[in-house]
Amino acid sequence: MRIGTVKESYIADAALFDTKVQRGWMFALLAGLLLLPFFTGQYASYLVCLVLINIVSTAGLNILTGFTGLVSLGQAAFMGVGAYTVALMEIKLGTPFLLNLLVAGGLAAVIGIVVGLPSLRVKGLYLAIATIAASVILHFVFANWTSVTGGVSGLSMPPASLFGFEFIQPDQVYWIIMPITVIMLFGAANLFRTRIGRAFIAIRDRDISAEVLGIRLLRYKLLSFAISSFYAGVAGGLWAYFFRVVTPESFPLTMSIFFLAAIIVGGMGSILGSVLGAVFMTMVPEVLKMMVGVLSPIWPDAVAVMSPVRIIVFGGLIIIFLIFEPDGLAEIWRNIRRFFHLWPFKT
Amino acid sequence: MQMSQVSEQEVSPTLHTEGREILGVQGLSLAFGGVKALSHVSFSVKEGSITSVIGPNGAGKTSLFNSISGFYTPNEGTVKFLGQTMNNVPAPDRAELGMARTFQNIALFKGMTVLDNIKLGRHAHMKTNPLDALLYFGRARREEAELRKEVEEKIIDFLEIDHIRNQSVAALSYGLQKRVELARALAMKPKILLLDEPVAGMNREETEDMARFILDVKEEWGVTVLMVEHDMGLVMDLSDHVVCINFGQVITEGLPHEVQSHPDVISAYLGSGDVAALRKKFKEGK
Repeated sequence: MRIGTVKESYIADAALFDTKVQRGWMFALLAGLLLLPFFTGQYASYLVCLVLINIVSTAGLNILTGFTGLVSLGQAAFMGVGAYTVALMEIKLGTPFLLNLLVAGGLAAVIGIVVGLPSLRVKGLYLAIATIAASVILHFVFANWTSVTGGVSGLSMPPASLFGFEFIQPDQVYWIIMPITVIMLFGAANLFRTRIGRAFIAIRDRDISAEVLGIRLLRYKLLSFAISSFYAGVAGGLWAYFFRVVTPESFPLTMSIFFLAAIIVGGMGSILGSVLGAVFMTMVPEVLKMMVGVLSPIWPDAVAVMSPVRIIVFGGLIIIFLIFEPDGLAEIWRNIRRFFHLWPFKT
Repeated sequence: MQMSQVSEQEVSPTLHTEGREILGVQGLSLAFGGVKALSHVSFSVKEGSITSVIGPNGAGKTSLFNSISGFYTPNEGTVKFLGQTMNNVPAPDRAELGMARTFQNIALFKGMTVLDNIKLGRHAHMKTNPLDALLYFGRARREEAELRKEVEEKIIDFLEIDHIRNQSVAALSYGLQKRVELARALAMKPKILLLDEPVAGMNREETEDMARFILDVKEEWGVTVLMVEHDMGLVMDLSDHVVCINFGQVITEGLPHEVQSHPDVISAYLGSGDVAALRKKFKEGK
């Protein structure tokens, strides 16, 4: 049972991790992230990097959809903007990767603001359709502005480099992706400790009364679009450094749906939910694939027979999670924590 | 602390400033298609007073509130606040100028805790920008800490809601939700507080608590109160000035007892008939 969490100041009470145990776990997690590439192979590093990139983009979408209540299906297209920006800057200018990623985020944010303009008038499904339209337009631009984007064949770019060191293999790119993901997650968590995060939640819950409380709706809706797209743009930039080939097909509409599914499965309006959702959506198909792989020595046809079953199981898992915990994995996590905090008493 | 300094300097000397108009409604008309919700409503609210708007259901009280707070744009007439015409001032700016309101059908944000709901009230008076917020360093951290201290020490203590500060508002009883809404309005550094049915649906004890809070807000904080209320006992006990409207028009206004015994008011509430008999009944009933 958890006892004795006395605070002496309001700042201490408002801390992100307010108990020693929590801080301890957090340091353990960070240490784990720092040591990870030394103990895993390239394939595992590859998967971890993919998960981290998806976490950044999912966190961005959660700020917009989960916290501000604006449904968007444009997240993959914003990632595309970031990826193309990074690729072009790396090819044409050769500027440092951090600058490229910032510009990628910034440009995606600007485009996000433009796409977000209808949000003052339309909500819910209507806004989702408006953002689909935007992502189709962006896809068209990627595919047809051949002189800049390289058309359907896309762009191949050099790896990121720092003081002559080139980040080529997944366990090398990891050192770019991991710190940026951690920083951006802390940023997202901080956002909701301030007036800006509160304004977003107010807009989600009751936008009209939010206005009477002094929140300028258009400004904050667009700000939410900007921040969300910034995250997508940076995620797209990281994606570009990871795969080093950017084509229009890299960021299809299904990817936007993937992120939407990730925040729903993980938990809308929860930073932890973004992480859990992105991990779940990226890793479960991989784990199922591995399980099929384990079967193949015993059952030679396993891969052929089980592949469709794998997809069905994945879909089924999502549905089961949603039925049993509509608030997502984050809520399951909170229930587990509550259990241990109150143990040996029952919740 | 900051709040008390501000209010003392700007609003608090109630006795000296009483009599000056803080909010003036002049010839306000509002129509939804053919339905005239308000027609030529005029009255004024004196600084440091409690003014009540009464009237039967559908009389236009909430429409009047919505026009004052900037929810609706009136077709005609003006709302003057602190001597400034509000017609072209959007709702968020009115909030920043010091107009705070609560809603008849509680407009708290269900996804937030009580504390966050109250803090939200201060939104317009804070300066944290997105970059500060992402880093939570410097200004963001300082502003949040100051706000937390003030909310805790001035508002939560005052309204006696310290036991629920970390609960989600969705889990609270109706009476407590109304109190949290008042807390949020107080966090807005209001100069005038618009209360839309502050005690509707409350039991006697909760009503008495709320009445005490409203009086304290006026006397200790020096905030002017304009309220819509159906509970005649409360209106008559608290108000300095009562405005009665029916069918979107001001029937009469004046001191509570004057309005109470005005024949038009009685007929508006009870229907026309033998006024003397109804008046007797009305006085006995309430």
